[in-house]
Amino acid sequence: MRGSLAAAYAWLDERFDLGALVEFARHKRVPVHRGSVFYYAGGVTAFLFLLQVGTGILLLMYYRVGTDASYESVRYITTKVPFGWLMRSVHSWGANLMVLFVLLHMLSVLFMKAYRKPRELTWLTGCALLGLSMAFGFSGYLLPWNELAYFATKVGTDIVGQVPLVGHWLLRLVRGGDEVTGATLSRFFGLHVAILPALLTSLMGVHLLFVQTQGMAGADRAKKTMAFFPNFLLRDAIFWLVVLNAVCALAVFFPWELGKKADALASAPTGIKPEWYFLSQYQFLKVLPGRIGPVAGELVGIAVIGAAGLVFALVPFWERLVPEGRRDRAVELFGWVSLAVLGAMTAWGYLS
Amino acid sequence: MNRKAFLNLAMGAGAAGFMGSMFYPVLRFLLPAEQTEAEPDILKVGSVADFADGFSKILKFGRSPVIVIRDLKGGFHALNATCTHLDCIVQYKKDEDLILCACHNGKYDLSGKNISGPPPRPLERYEVKVQGTDVLVFRKPA
Ligand code: FES
Repeated sequence: MRGSLAAAYAWLDERFDLGALVEFARHKRVPVHRGSVFYYAGGVTAFLFLLQVGTGILLLMYYRVGTDASYESVRYITTKVPFGWLMRSVHSWGANLMVLFVLLHMLSVLFMKAYRKPRELTWLTGCALLGLSMAFGFSGYLLPWNELAYFATKVGTDIVGQVPLVGHWLLRLVRGGDEVTGATLSRFFGLHVAILPALLTSLMGVHLLFVQTQGMAGADRAKKTMAFFPNFLLRDAIFWLVVLNAVCALAVFFPWELGKKADALASAPTGIKPEWYFLSQYQFLKVLPGRIGPVAGELVGIAVIGAAGLVFALVPFWERLVPEGRRDRAVELFGWVSLAVLGAMTAWGYLS
Repeated sequence: MNRKAFLNLAMGAGAAGFMGSMFYPVLRFLLPAEQTEAEPDILKVGSVADFADGFSKILKFGRSPVIVIRDLKGGFHALNATCTHLDCIVQYKKDEDLILCACHNGKYDLSGKNISGPPPRPLERYEVKVQGTDVLVFRKPA
């Protein structure tokens, strides 16, 4: 066994120079310190993405798109297909946890200031990956064509329509018409299973390539380090197993609801709320008055949310304006304040 | 203009033309055709007997939904049911005798005026007439 493995390795090595790759992997070091546990968040995110791809492909075997088929096919998956309920729930919970881990990963990078030169582009690709993950969540949410999803999509796409000048045009592009209809469902389906996977996979490739070529931030200054391969990767694998178990446990004990089928002539149900990762933005839009001076309140709200996102994404660039001595403190303060605001708005949205 | 500048310009123009002719059809393909569906001016919403006091109903009126309400004093109201905030569909709250949008807690009175929460504009009003036993809604604002 050993012999034939070694022979296969030698065969490949002769043709592709695997030795160089192994040598490269061996050089990567991971700093060991109090916050090291946060280094696993990125790997867990990647693992959850793979889990989403796997369960997503399985769901595709039964899912049908259309206003008279989507809801029914998801109901069929959850009630008739053996383990269909499990696959769907794992997919839904996995999506939520994936967004959670992207956020955790980003926050840890922020607090460790790992985005600093020369890693600005890694940070920016990471921000884009967060955006894509949220787009994944938003588009996938509509696919069961239930009441909550219908209104979430109406509101979410209407926000797109508020963009000055090109808003109406964008709205029609996203909805496939003026209203949220079967055309929207088809578009979201295409987005969710073709466009976004292609974008996210390629961008994730670039992100990982950056991480591999530049190595981990602080590895050269750290007092203690460990080899990425195999030491860190094996620990990573343990975390993946733990997360897989957590997702399965959540799926079993808190199966995802399907709710009522969407109806274009039904009022929005009381107590309607978006997924937790849109809750803070939602709450913000909810408490703004109809008009702020001469402009519509929602327009101000959307502008503020957009600007906040931009400030977050551009941390590596604006932090240089802060004098060196105070820079670390400033970024940490920014991180804590953002976290507090987001947390408070989310809690408020959840409770109100 | 020397030869090099001329060639660069020609190449650039060619590349731009090529890109344009590639992307324009794709963009047009993605943009849905404008709807030319006729908007009817009158809608029959049912008979008076269907509408008990405090009853409301949402129907399709051309492209947008309309909410027809019979308030607690027996008066009829018909309004565009699409919230002016972010496009949700409103409901009649019998106990408070007002119109509520559950999405962000927007409230309107029965004349369609936005009275609290985020909605920036009133709801569009339609005229309601009772002819014989039929309840009719007219697009012409009351
Ligand atoms: S959509 Fe009606 S209050 Fe926001």
